[in-house]
Amino acid sequence: MSKENFIPIHKLCELYQVEMSFFSNLNEIDLIQITTIEQSHYVEQDKINDIEKMVRIHRDLGLNIEGIDIVFNLLQKIDGLENEIISIKNRLRFYEN
Amino acid sequence: MAFIDYYKILGIDKSASAADIKKAYRKLARKYHPDLNPSDKEAERKFKEINEANEVLSNPENRKKYDEHGKDWQHAEEFEKAKQQQRQYQGGGQQNPFGDFGGGDYSDFFESMFGGRASSRGRTGGSVKFRGQDLNAELHLNLRDVYKTDKRTLTINGKNIRLTIPAGVKNGQVIKIKGHGGEGINGGPKGDLNITFSIINNTNFKLDGDNLYTTVDLDLYKAILGGEITVETFDGKAKLKIAPETQNGTKVKLKGKGFPVYKKEGVYGDLYITYQIKMPKNLTKKEKQLFTELAKLRPS
Repeated sequence: MSKENFIPIHKLCELYQVEMSFFSNLNEIDLIQITTIEQSHYVEQDKINDIEKMVRIHRDLGLNIEGIDIVFNLLQKIDGLENEIISIKNRLRFYEN
Repeated sequence: MAFIDYYKILGIDKSASAADIKKAYRKLARKYHPDLNPSDKEAERKFKEINEANEVLSNPENRKKYDEHGKDWQHAEEFEKAKQQQRQYQGGGQQNPFGDFGGGDYSDFFESMFGGRASSRGRTGGSVKFRGQDLNAELHLNLRDVYKTDKRTLTINGKNIRLTIPAGVKNGQVIKIKGHGGEGINGGPKGDLNITFSIINNTNFKLDGDNLYTTVDLDLYKAILGGEITVETFDGKAKLKIAPETQNGTKVKLKGKGFPVYKKEGVYGDLYITYQIKMPKNLTKKEKQLFTELAKLRPS
């Protein structure tokens, strides 16, 4: 498997100053997916936004992994609801005009 | 520049312990953290306030300085000079009492008292690299502007950004442009630019999903006897056959004459036309006579 589009986890640990166990725990509850290539662990590059958010929530709010999981599920729900509101507003415009 | 009461911001009194400060900060951060309140400007402002308060009060040296000179912040400069002299005598040379946190976003009060260099996230530590802030912008366009894929140059924060606007983009839709947001913290990558489209429909067409809807006037005789009319579609004129005895409110569908489907080149929604039959007005004597004769043929 090519390492392109992947970031090594040890780099992220260094960058965000978190333990490797932080990423393993996130992986255990499916918040991230760790891929092993040539005995090194990686995460997909396009998941970096989510990972940074998880690090911030952990660091700024002192939330543990379960807390991060709850927050992420709720944020996803909010995102879905916001998209639904936009779509409903657009439909409402159709009847109001 | 007004004095900022950091104790009030965190809802604690002056005798609060370090644990009380941490507890108050965490409680408020959970409420106003930007990651938990996406697109909420008020929450973002509040978070900056509590973060700033925490930066000052959680650091004993800064807290002492704030307690001593807070209300009298104009004298902070003199205080700083005196401290610096003292450090020079001691062989130290640190300019900023907060250490090196990278670029920040603090109040004028904070910057005048503690210097302008501090992190936008108090607990991120000195050398942690973070992506820059995501920036949000709104782009106002007319519905006709998004009928075809278009390239535009936008000037955001003094920088020109070439943007491709795909045909069929919807009102309220957000397009993310990677790496055009705020500068990274401590050398981290730049944030993203999120552009929200605000699309104004000033056409005679209503848009629902990818389908367009419009109403076309039809004269009575064509509705009864049938014929051909020319109608306006979104991208030009089209000829339509009118079936004899067409009823008022009849809907016809023009397949593929609707709005382009987002990011599906060459795929369009449909156009729905509703016929609205116009009754003749100011009838002549002859017309009235003929209608009377017609009415007699269909007694109700």
